[in-house]
Amino acid sequence: MTATEIAAVRLPTGGLAHDVRAVKVVLRREMLRFVNDHTRLVSSLAQPILFLFVLGTGLGSIVKNAIPGLDYRTFIYPGVLAMTVITTAMFSAASIVWDREFGFLREMLVAPVSRGAIVLGKCLGGALVATAQGVIILAMAGLVGVPYDPVLIVTLLAEMLLAAFTITAFGTLLAAGMKNMQTFFGIMQMAIMPMIFLSGAMYPLANLPAWLHVLTVINPLTYAVDPMREAVFGHLTVDPQVMALLNPGINWFGWRLPVWFELVIVAVIGFVLLQLAIARFRRTE
Amino acid sequence: MNAVEVTGLEKSYGKVDAVKGVSFEVAHGEVFGFLGPNGAGKSTTISMLCTLINPTGGSARVAGHDVVKERDEVRRNIGLVFQDPTLDSYLTAEQNLRFHAELYGVPRSVVDERLRQVMEMVALWDRRDSKVQTFSGGMKRRLEIARGLLHSPRVLFLDEPTVGLDPQTRSAIWGYINELRRTEDITIFMTTHYMDEAEYCDRIAIIDHGEIVVIDSPEALKASVGKDRVQIHTSDDQAAIAALKERFDVDAGVHDGAVTFAVASGEEFVPRLFAELGLPITGVSVHRPTLDDVFMNYTGSTIRDAEEESGGMNQMMRARLRR
Repeated sequence: MTATEIAAVRLPTGGLAHDVRAVKVVLRREMLRFVNDHTRLVSSLAQPILFLFVLGTGLGSIVKNAIPGLDYRTFIYPGVLAMTVITTAMFSAASIVWDREFGFLREMLVAPVSRGAIVLGKCLGGALVATAQGVIILAMAGLVGVPYDPVLIVTLLAEMLLAAFTITAFGTLLAAGMKNMQTFFGIMQMAIMPMIFLSGAMYPLANLPAWLHVLTVINPLTYAVDPMREAVFGHLTVDPQVMALLNPGINWFGWRLPVWFELVIVAVIGFVLLQLAIARFRRTE
Repeated sequence: MNAVEVTGLEKSYGKVDAVKGVSFEVAHGEVFGFLGPNGAGKSTTISMLCTLINPTGGSARVAGHDVVKERDEVRRNIGLVFQDPTLDSYLTAEQNLRFHAELYGVPRSVVDERLRQVMEMVALWDRRDSKVQTFSGGMKRRLEIARGLLHSPRVLFLDEPTVGLDPQTRSAIWGYINELRRTEDITIFMTTHYMDEAEYCDRIAIIDHGEIVVIDSPEALKASVGKDRVQIHTSDDQAAIAALKERFDVDAGVHDGAVTFAVASGEEFVPRLFAELGLPITGVSVHRPTLDDVFMNYTGSTIRDAEEESGGMNQMMRARLRR
């Protein structure tokens, strides 16, 4: 039995280079799926656009007098940006459940590659897809009076990427044990809506009743939304009073958290969730 | 060195023993078949050999590596074709295979050549740019076989590779398997519950209720039965069974809806049967030994009987294996 004329394949024995290749191909597949799925692209844009232009315009006419010199749509813009990224990131994580239902997850889990590489590839892919979706909203900045400042754009992009990664890791951890899409979407709705409502995406964090203040502070999403708001307000010219009212930052017992610290919190949560998700996949295979 | 070595392999789910301590070897270059009804423990055994589930007892080595302790080594050396499809239907055929090549770390210098080779083998090279969702069931299975071979595995595992396919595709798949044993340095381990397919194997193991009943070549197994199988249709099966026992000292049973028994020479027996049974016979058939008879000889039931009996159990196993 000689293998003549056959391209004999000798596989290298593992190593970092192999893991990197695995991360890249899993990531590339997420991107391919996103680019090919036009319905998903359009449907996940509908929600933020409704919030920004319909809800934003409607509510804006009531609150107009309360916030002199600032459009309500400008205020909720960073919140809508965060919301877009979060929803898309969760949808990306859902693809794991989909892959399990249609068997493709098995193809990935039987490969001679670490579970960590696969989960990391999924999370990075989800984060990039979500950020790409966010870029479309980012392009609309001018429509709501947010300047196209290169520093602002780069800052927002980086913050979106970080938030998206953490949310995808959260979604992946959720998806690890799920067998069907209905359950996942049910749980996802239950988790996402309260988190968005309690994150300060729609209203400022200042002057809240104590119970709501506590809830916003313990909501991890708050730490992903606030840096985006601080970045946007850093590039607006507003009255100091309005600024204090609309962009009060997050306060722990009266101490205002610096933005870098908020970002570190998001990164740490993301890292921990990623490790938990990897551990979960090691266990359930 | 043997391609597969299994010693006392066991798997139990709580109180249910799916595989009860099986031992066997598969020689290098062999086509080895696992034959048994659904729910007999075939898929559970193959899943353990492929490192998909951990055994609860015993040990197994595949391509020289322990399936529990050297899992990644085993995975590098095996190709898998599952019963259920595991393709991404939104990607093209080629994208699916390229994904696999990356995941298995196939050296970039050989990917293009090897990709073309395996796709040409299953006659899908012309369809490489089509999305998998446009493929028929048979084309998908062929693509999965190509994918399983992409990284030149030393052992190819095929779990029911032809189930649910039309006869034409089934014979095409057997064509590939025969071509493979000619052209590549590969061992093939497959499960099936089709008797006619087991004939293509060099050796088969008959498995029933989680235990291996017998292992041998199809010819040797058929020779070991040595008897013809006779099936008769009567108006009163129970009376016919009693009469057979009383007048001919033959043990008969009802299988597949007919009174069935084995005798040394069927053609000579049938005239006596009509003359001496004392009951009206409405139909008769005589079969030379087939693997069906081998199965019946060793397990006491036909494969179809066994499947009906274990249908519920099988559902449960599949549900557990599906992840």
